[in-house]
Amino acid sequence: MPKLPLLRLAHARSGDKGDTVNVGVIAIRPEDYPLLVERLTVEAVKEHFRGLVHGPVERFELPNLHALNFLLHNALGGGGTLSLMTDAQGKTFSSAMLRMEIDVPDEVYRRVTGEG
Amino acid sequence: MTVEEPARGSARRSRGENILIRRSPESNVFVHVTDLPTRRARHILATPYANADPSTIMDRTIRIASGQGFWGDRLDAPVEQVRRGPIDYLMLDYLAEVTMSILQKQRSRDPAQGYARDFVPLMGEILPDCVEKNIRVLANAGGVNLPACRDAVLDAARKAGLHGKVRVGVVYGDDIMDRLEDLLARGHELRNMDTGRPLTDVLDRVQSANAYIGARPMVEALQRGATVVITGRSTDTALTYAPMIHAFGWAPDDYDRLAAGVVAGHINECGAQATGGNCLLDWQSIPDLDDVGFPIIEAAPDGTFVVTKHDGTGGRVSIGTVTEQLVYEMGDPREYITPDVVADFTTIRLEQVGPDRVRVHGVKGRPPTDKLKVSISYSAGYKAVGTLVYAWPDAVEKAMAADRILRSRLERLGLRFDEIRTEFVGWNATHGPLAGPPPADAPEVQLRVAVRAADRAPVERFTREIAPLILTGPPSVTGFAGGRPKVEEVVAFWPALIDRSEIEPMLRVEVSEA
Repeated sequence: MPKLPLLRLAHARSGDKGDTVNVGVIAIRPEDYPLLVERLTVEAVKEHFRGLVHGPVERFELPNLHALNFLLHNALGGGGTLSLMTDAQGKTFSSAMLRMEIDVPDEVYRRVTGEG
Repeated sequence: MTVEEPARGSARRSRGENILIRRSPESNVFVHVTDLPTRRARHILATPYANADPSTIMDRTIRIASGQGFWGDRLDAPVEQVRRGPIDYLMLDYLAEVTMSILQKQRSRDPAQGYARDFVPLMGEILPDCVEKNIRVLANAGGVNLPACRDAVLDAARKAGLHGKVRVGVVYGDDIMDRLEDLLARGHELRNMDTGRPLTDVLDRVQSANAYIGARPMVEALQRGATVVITGRSTDTALTYAPMIHAFGWAPDDYDRLAAGVVAGHINECGAQATGGNCLLDWQSIPDLDDVGFPIIEAAPDGTFVVTKHDGTGGRVSIGTVTEQLVYEMGDPREYITPDVVADFTTIRLEQVGPDRVRVHGVKGRPPTDKLKVSISYSAGYKAVGTLVYAWPDAVEKAMAADRILRSRLERLGLRFDEIRTEFVGWNATHGPLAGPPPADAPEVQLRVAVRAADRAPVERFTREIAPLILTGPPSVTGFAGGRPKVEEVVAFWPALIDRSEIEPMLRVEVSEA
C-alpha cells in the first residue's frame, strides 16, 4: 500500500495544558476523515512521538469537524514556565504530527498526488 | 453539591455575612441551582437574574468583537475593531495562566500597579468612539488590583472629555490569596489537578491565587449600565458570552445556548488565531496578515452565530481557520467545562455561508459542575538560557562539541541543576528526535542550553560560562551581542478546584461613573 505524509491529508493545531500537549488533526478533505480515524490510532501516534512524548496518549473523535484530538501527556519538560524547551507551549507539535507517514489506498494516493 | 453551611467555621461565616450586609440592594449574587437547600441560597436565587426587564432584551443579532488574544497582542487591533465597522461589544483577554503572578509582583513593588496597564491608554483612545456608537467593553484587565484599574480608566474617560458618559463596572471576588490559610484550615486541600499534591507543599511560595469566575456578575454589570466591565481572573470565554446572556435574557439553565456562547468565546479568545493567523491550512494564500481582521461573532438570540471580520481587513474566515481555533488547547471535547455550562464541542456544526462568514450551530451543553477552577502561582526556582551560533563548516559538530565542553565545566564547578537541556536550533529544537539525524552540511546552527535549579547561585554561575566558550571553544562562533543571559525566577502554575459555594457568594459588582 502506498504511503503519504499526513501533511498531504490533514492540517493541525496544537496547544498546551500544563505538561500535556493537545494536537487537533483536521482532514483537509472531509472524505479522508474515516481514513484518519483508522490510521491515527493511539498506538501509532504514541510510536510516532517516541522520544518526544513520555506519557500516555489519548484520542477523541470530532466527526462533525472531521477532526481528531490527541492529548500527549508528559511532553513539555514539566510544562509552562518550568519547561526549558524552546517550544514550552507545544505550538510546533502540530507540524511534528504531520510528519507521520500513513498507508493509504491506491485511489487516495492517486487523488491526492494526481499521479498514476 | 454538598451544602457545607452548617459545618463552616465561625470566621468564615461572619466574613460572608459582612459581605452580604454590605451588598447594595440591586446587587446580584449567583449561586448554582443545586445550592437551593440553604435559606441564604434561596434568598439569593429569589433575586432576579440578568434581564429581568424584558424591554431590554434584543431580538436582533449582536456583534461581539475580539480585540486582544493575550497581553502583548497587536496594540491597535481593538482600535480597528471599534472604527472599521459596526460592533456592539468588544472583549479583551489579557490573562495567561501566570500573568496574575507578574501582576502580583508589580503591585508588591508599587501599590498603584497590578493590572494590565496597556488597557488604560487604549480606553482613553477608544472610549469616545464607544460612547458615540454605544459599544461596551469587557476585559479581564483588572489583574490583582481592580480598584486601581477602575480609577485609571475613570481618569482616562474624564481626560477624554466623557464626564458622566462612562460607567465602569468592576467584578470583585476572584482573588482568594488572602483566604488561602482559612480555606486550607477548613479542609480545602486545593490539590494540584495534574500532580495530586496538596497545596500545603508549596504554600510558603504561593504568589497569587484566583478562582475562574463565570459570566453572571459581568451580566449584572452590563444590566447596571456599565460601558466598561473590568474583571480579574474571569473565564476567558465568559467575556464573549456574558453580552449574549445580557442581550438575549438567556436563563441560567439554557445550557445549549450557553454552550454555543462558550464556543463563540473560544473562537474569540485568541484573537486573529481564528481569522488566518497561525493557520496551517494553505498558509501561503492567506491575504494581508499585516492588516488581519480580528474575529467578530454575530450572535443570534437562538444561540446560533456567524464568525466573521470587518470588510476590507486581511486574513480569512473559513471552515479551516475556524476549525483550527476550535481544536486549540482542547481537552476532552465532550466536556469543555466553564463555570456556567459544560459545552460539548463534538456537537458543533460549521457552514461557510459567505466570503469570510462561517455559521456555527447545533451546539449542546449540560449543567456545570459544583467546582470552580482555581489558578494558583508559586515560586519554583530559577532558570536561564544561553545561546551561541556556529557557522559552516561542521556547524552542528562544533555546537555539539561546545555543549560537551560547557557541561564538563558545569560538572567541574560542582554546580547542581534540576535539569540541563540542550537544543540545536536549525536541527532539533522543535521536533526533537522526530527531526532525524543532524542536517548534512548545515550552513549554521544555534546552540541553546537551558538550566533550572531551586537556588539562584548555580544558575547565576551558569550565565557566566557561556561567553568564555567564544575564546575557549570550537571556532566560527558568534551571536553573543546580547550580553550575559538573564537569570529568571520561575513562577509555576498550580491548577486546582474549589467548591463554587466558597466563591460565588463572595462575588460583588460595583459600578462607578466617570
